[in-house]
Parts: sequence; structure tokens; C-alpha cells
Amino acid sequence: MTNNGDDKRPSPEALLKLAQAEEQEEGRGKLKIFLGYAPGVGKTFAMLEEAWQRKLDERDVVAAYVESHGRFETDSLLAGLEITPKKQIEYMGVTLPEMDLDAVLARKPQIALVDELAHTNAPGLRHEKRWQDVEEILSAGIDVYTTVNIQHFESLNDTVAQITGVKVRETVPDRLLDVAAEIKLVDLPPDDLLQRLHEGKVYIPQQAAVAMKKFFKPGNLIALRELSMRKAAARVDEQMRAYMETRSIAGPWPAAEQLLVCVSGSPYSEKLIRTTRRLADDMKAHWHTVYIETPGGSRHLRENRERVWRDMRLAETLGAHVATVTATSVPHAVIDYAVKHNITKIVVGKPTKPRWQEFLRQPLVDQLIRLSGQIDVYVVSLETVEKKPEPARARPKHEAPWPEYLKSVALVAAATVVCELVFRFLTPTNLVMIYLLAVVLAATRLGRKAATLTAFLSVLAFDFFFVPPRFTFAVADTEYFLTFIALFTVGVVISTLVSQSRERAETIRGREVQTASLYYLSRDLAAAPDVKGILDAIVRNIGESLEAKVAVLLPEGDRLETKAASADVSLHAKELAVADWAFRNRQPAGRGTETLVSADLLYLPLQTPPNVLGILGVQLKDEAGYKSPEIRRLLSAFASQATLAIERVQLVKQAEQAQLLQAREGLERALLNSISHDLRTPLVSITGSLGTLRDKAYKLTPESRRELLDTAWEEAERLNRFVGNLLDMTRLEAGALKLKREPCDVQDLAGCALAALDQRIGTRKVDVLLPDDLPLVRMDMVLMTQVLVNLLDNALKYSPPERNIEMSARVENGTLSLEVADHGPGVPEADLKRIFDKFYRIPVPEGAGGTGLGLAICKGIVEAHHGKIRAENRTGGGLRVIVSLPVK
Amino acid sequence: MPNENKSTNLPRILVVDDEAAIQRFLGTALDTGEFSLHQAETGHAALAAAVALKPEVILLDLGLPDMDGVEVIRRIREWSQVPIIVLSVREREDDKVQALDAGADDYLTKPFGVGELLARIRVALRRSLQQAPEPVYRIDELEVDLGRRRVLVRNAEVQLTPTEYDLLRLLVTHAGKVLTHGQILKQIWGTAYVEQPHVLRVNISNLRHKIEQDPSRPRYILTEPGVGYRLRAVS
Repeated sequence: MTNNGDDKRPSPEALLKLAQAEEQEEGRGKLKIFLGYAPGVGKTFAMLEEAWQRKLDERDVVAAYVESHGRFETDSLLAGLEITPKKQIEYMGVTLPEMDLDAVLARKPQIALVDELAHTNAPGLRHEKRWQDVEEILSAGIDVYTTVNIQHFESLNDTVAQITGVKVRETVPDRLLDVAAEIKLVDLPPDDLLQRLHEGKVYIPQQAAVAMKKFFKPGNLIALRELSMRKAAARVDEQMRAYMETRSIAGPWPAAEQLLVCVSGSPYSEKLIRTTRRLADDMKAHWHTVYIETPGGSRHLRENRERVWRDMRLAETLGAHVATVTATSVPHAVIDYAVKHNITKIVVGKPTKPRWQEFLRQPLVDQLIRLSGQIDVYVVSLETVEKKPEPARARPKHEAPWPEYLKSVALVAAATVVCELVFRFLTPTNLVMIYLLAVVLAATRLGRKAATLTAFLSVLAFDFFFVPPRFTFAVADTEYFLTFIALFTVGVVISTLVSQSRERAETIRGREVQTASLYYLSRDLAAAPDVKGILDAIVRNIGESLEAKVAVLLPEGDRLETKAASADVSLHAKELAVADWAFRNRQPAGRGTETLVSADLLYLPLQTPPNVLGILGVQLKDEAGYKSPEIRRLLSAFASQATLAIERVQLVKQAEQAQLLQAREGLERALLNSISHDLRTPLVSITGSLGTLRDKAYKLTPESRRELLDTAWEEAERLNRFVGNLLDMTRLEAGALKLKREPCDVQDLAGCALAALDQRIGTRKVDVLLPDDLPLVRMDMVLMTQVLVNLLDNALKYSPPERNIEMSARVENGTLSLEVADHGPGVPEADLKRIFDKFYRIPVPEGAGGTGLGLAICKGIVEAHHGKIRAENRTGGGLRVIVSLPVK
Repeated sequence: MPNENKSTNLPRILVVDDEAAIQRFLGTALDTGEFSLHQAETGHAALAAAVALKPEVILLDLGLPDMDGVEVIRRIREWSQVPIIVLSVREREDDKVQALDAGADDYLTKPFGVGELLARIRVALRRSLQQAPEPVYRIDELEVDLGRRRVLVRNAEVQLTPTEYDLLRLLVTHAGKVLTHGQILKQIWGTAYVEQPHVLRVNISNLRHKIEQDPSRPRYILTEPGVGYRLRAVS
């Protein structure tokens, strides 16, 4: 390290992290947690004391929810603070007081006091848990003071259970501890706490009295106290590290560790996950949780699907990166994942299977250790976990397949009958083949258990009916025992193989269906030209592949609107409110989530990293679907596909708008140039002429006076024409042009145009060729007169005065063609189309020219009539402009 | 103003406009010795002046500071048939029709030529002075004898259908004045036809073929695009 001045600077990553943290803090309220180790240590009291301090500092403090439990000290501190009235929720005949979240948000104080962070809300409230309420308050920019006991933190949940023997159901994600701006440890020596308990100063809810008694043992309290102190200390340590890191204080920073833990759906997974989280916390490491799905293990998956899903969600709430990998070999897949994600440590549980099983199959731990190479493998003890993985839950899923068993009995009976028929012609050992046939049939049709039963029954039946002596279970020839064993073993093996391959096929089919539905969606999305097409594709595809009702909501102004929905879905105000919540908080809400669960639909945000584009609402056919990991995964795949598609269209639109804007800028520049030129030039002549007349009238001859006046007059008229054109163009472009279509007489139209140009035509000859039988044509007479006037005006301007101009009309094939033709120089072929562009001007020697708007106006008007306008050079010189209008 | 109080027997013209420049310009332009000019700058002042002064012609701008010009027309029409010529920058046909339907006699879009304005004022004055229309209308080669229900073009009688004759008679009795489509339809065919302008167009077209020399360049029945028709006034 020669350049010691530089390498002590904080790394860019460290500064970025700090900047992000500060950015996140901006606009969000700060969370202060008053952490205790047991009820009664005085958390609420400490919180209120602090609140008073803030109040005396002139901060706006409101007690959003504080429960005094009738304690005198607490009550006296609470008096004098503003208290948000509690919401009374009727639930099963009981009135439960709850925090009125909306009232707090509406009141918007600087600091809100919310007691008991781990509280579970009464059903019917927006969130399931109070900590979710707190998060919403924080994101509204309100600081929150809250109280919580250490045992409520997710990652300590099982440790506390081990210490106290009391399983705490109300948990709070550790994340909250991480995001808390400040943690205040409220401490009281256990002896004092027990003293208080005896004096009846600790509030204990009645229903928990027994559990609490177990809880308040000196040993427990000491352990819990240590736990809370460690947690708070870890937090202090972390803050110090952050401080040192950003202030360039060198220290022994460990390289960024990455931990990996696998879940398998075993009852130990939860413990493994929590342990890994604690390890990761201690090491300041990122951690991953991965589930390896093996085709052969699909049976396994089906049994444990719910548990895997729950474990994955737990890992997610604890802050893990979560992934599912499909592979044939678990250890290889784990190592692959580890290498790909720079994992430094893999956490595995100690094997729990009996030792003899290891001869058949090497334990995962051993395989991992052998494959791990550079990666450390941590082996965690699992023995302490009670070995009763929710048997009550597992059983109902596997009801005994009685009909299948009956069928296997029938199969064996049938086989026996067949054997009886052919008994005379075959040796008994060959009859075994018939029973094997029955076993194979059972394996393919009835599943593994029934097939095993069939094998077993077959052995019995074979023994009883056909092995001499017949009709007894006695066996004369001991050789038959080999036959029995072979029959049974082959039966079991076949049934296992067949059922495995069947299950594998089922998994593959399931995957294929998912892949196909994703494929169809992406195909339809790619084909959809606009947002509407995309939304329809989303609704149709998701609706069909999940048999669900679907709605897509996009923001319109500051609220969400249903942009597309399945036929029988209409979202009421309440549903919209749930969708809105999901949109604002960028989290799933509604059915099957933990927020606003009473909604009819599940609402998933369609989000890209920087913003939320909309909401996907789904109502599945059956309730189980909401919890199914496959469906949730498929839904999130659908959602991200939809998001990408919508984003794509929006980006295209933005690009188009940018292009349009650019084109518009170019036009505006041209317009400004044109305006400054075309407005100023006549004004110069007018003011010049008038100025001369005013100042030197006496010196002028009558002729020159006349000439000046004529100039001023003509220029004023030109100016007026230009302003008129500008106004017309503006109206056309602003879309303010409303056609007043009425049946019009074409002859009258021609007459009006000629009359309007009466003075300009003067002595020039205009040939009008109109057939007598022209029908009335629906058009806006005024605007079409304007078209003819502009065309005639151009013809007058650009053709020599001695040559005549022709105007004609005819109706052919339901189209009215109006033509104005001159004998001027025409237009270069390449420019024939461009002459209808704005500010295009034919270079004419005399310079005067027009505004460059006349033909553009014509085009606008004609197109508003759904007609066409084009120009062509005449043979023999001159230009012909043809306007075609539909007659009907 | 130059001749505001010069003579009381000259026809009185009330100019209603809040633009000082326009007032000044009109004051000079109309200072031909034919009229006595009076000015009002607001709608209320105009209504008061119309009562006090009893002008022969009113020149009215639609964009007044205190009330809309169309409302001024309506209020005046409640009690007076004095010719009102609207001078306005509003060039949309709807605005014109609205003003004419409210009872205005003529409509000139700003900017306008002084010659044109003088001609319109003279026509309006003539109509205002002679209460009963002349029984015979004669212009160029067209002669309409209302007493005898006869129409002559170049001294040859022209056969008109009853509707065409009614139409021509209506135009003749309002010669020089713009009649909106709605007004004509209501008078000739009745209220039910107000929304069916094609009847009118067909009849005008037929009438022109019978009385005009070149129907595509009419000299008598002039079209005010989007507004209505006007029969040229006898100059």
C-alpha cells in the first residue's frame, strides 16, 4: 500500500449505501423501538416519558394507541397527551379496541405513539398485524414510537421457545429492528420485575395467565434479558461499524459473506432458516434460501408443498434471497447455486436418519462436503426440535384411498379366478406371472400404496389357492418361499417405479401446462399493438390458464381505474381501495395475503424496479389456490410478463411523444420564422407608407400619395389573409375544428369561392365546368369554400395572368372530385407530396408568395372530411390539384 | 366628435364599441356629412342610448366589456326594429348565425372595407326609412313584381313553383339583409323543417337556374357560406 492517502477513503459502495439509506429515510418517518425482555419492565412508561420530552420540545405528539391497563403511572403520563380515539371492532360478540389507522394518517402528527408492536389486529381491519399499520404510518412520513418485547422477533422465536417453553405466536419481522432509527433498551433487573409482578403491577391477560406463570421464572427472565441486551448491543455494534465505514476508519472488515440454506419441506427447515438468519446477522452477511425441486421428489413435494411454501415465505420475511431450482441431483444443484451466487458458507442440518440408512444413501451433508471445494459447510444441530411436525395437519391430506384398496382386492380376486381357469395347464410358478400382471395394473392405475397391497394380497392368494397343499397357508415345498419373496419384491419395486414415473410425468405435464400458458401469454403480449390489446391478452390468458377471474387496473390521474376485466368482474369501491393500497404500498394485498384479507380478489402490483405500473387483480376458482406456491409463482411470472409488456408499450409511446415533440419543435421554429417574416414584412410597408403620408404629405404628388395608400392597403389585406390562415391552421391542429356537415350544392360552393376571390380574379378568366346533375354532397360548406379559395388563390398566384384557370367537378363511383388546374410552371415531381406540408413554399421569382399554409389547411380540411387531396403536373405544363370527397 | 350635434335631421347612427381606435376610425370614416354619429362603449350604455336617441342604425361590436353583444341585440329587439349591423372579429359562422337569429340585420367581419360598411349602412337606412316594401323590385335584368306575382328576367316572364316564388318574395322583402337558413326555413316551410337545410338548397339552386345568367356565379341571390342567403340590394 504505497498510496496510503487514497485507500483509506470510504469505498464508493459504502457511500452509496449510506446515501441510499438516507434517501430512504427522507420522506419516511423514523421508527424508535422501546425494547424490553418481558411484560412489565416499563416499556410503555419509558415511551410516554420520552413522548413528553418531545412534546416539551414543541413536537406534535399523538398517542395513536397506548394501553395503560389501568396502571396509575402510565395513566398519569397519558393524561395531557392528545389521544386518537380507538376504533371499536365487533368480533364474535366482543368489542375489541383497535388503533384507528386512518384517523392517525388523517391527523398526521409528527410523532405517533403505538404500543405493542407485535399485536395481532382484529379481523376486518386493513392489516393482519399492527407492525404493518406502523409501516404504513412510517411511510406517510410520521415518526413512530413503539414498544415490543424481545421474544416477538421472528428470528428469536424458536430460541425463546427453547428458553421458556412458551411458543409466541405474535411475531414481528426482524427487518423492523433493522430499519428502526433508534432502539432503546428498557431494562429492569429480574428480581425487581418479579417484585412488581407480585405487587400486581404487571398486566397479564387472563387467557395467557397459565403460560405467563411458566414464563416469569427467574431463569427465563435472566436468559431473555441477556438476549435483549445482546440484540441491542449487536445493533450498537452495527451502527458503530456503519459510522467507521463511512468515516474511513480502517478496521478488520470481513469480506462480504454470503450464506446459503436449503429447505426441503422437512420440519427442521424452519429452525435451519432461523439459525441461518442469526448467523447472517452476526456475520453481516447476505443470505439465500433455495429449494431444490427434483423430478423424482415430486411425491415428496406434494406432501410438503405447503411447508416448503411457508418456509420460503418465512425466509423471505427474514430477509433472504429466495429461489427455487429444478434439478436431478440436490447436492450438485446446491453447489451450482452456491458457486453462481458467490456463496461462502452453506448451512446444513445434522443428519437425523438412522445410521443404517447411510449405507443405502450417502447423507446430503457428506455429499455437500465432498463437492463444496472452497465453500465452508456449517452443520447445525437439529436434535432440539421436537419431533412432531404438525401431525394433525399432515394427516388429512393423505386420507386412506379406500376405493383404491377395494379395487386392488378385486384385482387380486380376478387374478385368482383367471389362475383357477388356467390352473390345469400351467405350473404354479407360472401363475405368479398373472399375479404380477395384477400388480403392474394396480401400480399404473391405483397408485403405490394400492399396488403394494396388491402385491401382498397376491402372495397370500397364491399361497392359499395354488401352492400345495391348496386352500391352506401351509407350504409343502419350501422352494415356494423364494417365489413369494420374489413376487412381493418385484411387485413393490414395479409399483414404486411405475408410480414414480407416473408422478414424474404428472410434474412434467404440470410444468408443461405452466410453460405453455406463459408462452401463450408472451406470444399474445408480443402481438398486442397497444395497451388495450395487452390488457385484453392478460385478462384472457390468465383467466383461461388459471380458470380465474382477472382484472387489470392502471392509474388514471391520481386514482386507479379498471382498464380490463373478465366478463363478470366489477370492482366496487371497497375492492378498489384494496387495489389502491397494493398500488401505493407496492405489496400484494387482498385475498390470500396478510393485508386486507377480506377482499374478493388478490391484488398484485405490476412493478418494475423504479415504479408501479398498475395492479393485477385475480380471483381464483378455489381458496387453496391462493396458498399454492405453483400458482403464486405462475401468477408472479404472469405479472412480470404483463409488466414488461405494458412498460414496453409505454416506453414506445414515450419515445413517440419525444419524437413528436421534436418534430413539433422544428415546426414551431419554422412557424416562428414564418410569423416573424410574414407579419413583419407587410407591417414594414404599412408603417412606411403611412409614416411618409403623415410626415411629408404636403411634398407628395397626388399620384405618389395614391401609390403609398395602395401599398398600405394591399399589405394590410395580405396581413389579414396571413392571420386568417394562421388561425385556421391553429384551429385545425388544436382539433377544435368541428365539421358542420350538411348537404351542399356544389355549384353554390363554386360560386361562393369565386365570389370570395372576386377582386383578386378581376379580369382573369376562370372556366367553371360543372355538370347539371351534381347531387347534394354532405360537407362543411364554409371549410370546403375555404379549400377552393386557397386552391384558386394558388392558381392565380402561380400562373401567368393571361392564362385561364379551370375549375371542375364530377361524381364518379361515389366520390366527388373537385379539380383546380392552372397553366403555371407546375411543381417538381419530387415535391408534389411536400406541397401539402406546412410552410412549404414554391420558390417563385417575385418572392411575394403565400404563407406556406394554404395547402396544408386544404389538406387538413379535406382529411377531416375523410377525403383525399393530391396534386399532379399537367401534360403541357401547369398544376392540377384534385380533391376527392366521399359522396355518402 | 366632429358632427355629433351638427344636425338633428341627419340619420342617427349609434356606434357601440369599446375599442377607442375603432371608435376613432369609424368616426373619421363615417364623417361623410350623411349621418350624425353617436357612441357607446358598453352594452348598458348602448341600451340606454338606443332608448334615448332612437337611432336609425346601430353598429354593434359583439365583444363588449359588460355584456355579450348578442344579448344587447335581444334586448333591443324586445321593443325596436331598428336595423342593427354587427361588426365583429368573430368570424365563426355559428357566431354570425347566432347574432342574425337574435335579430341583427347584417354582419360584417373585422377587418372590413369602409366602402362595404357604407353600402351596408345605406341599405339598412333605406329599409329602416321605408316601412312598406316597394311592390316592385328591380335590379339589373331581374324584375319581381310582388303585386302581380310576376318574375321577369330580361323582360321575359319566368315560371316559378309556388315555393320558389315564396322564397324569392321573402328575399325581396328583405333585400340586402342576410337571412339565415333557419329563418328562411321557418318562414317558408315551418318550424319542422328548420333542421332540413337541403330543401332550401335544392330550391335555391333551382331558383338560381331560373333567374341567374350563370348559376355558378350568382349575381342576385348571394350565398353567405354557413350562414344563409342575401338578395342583392337595389343600389
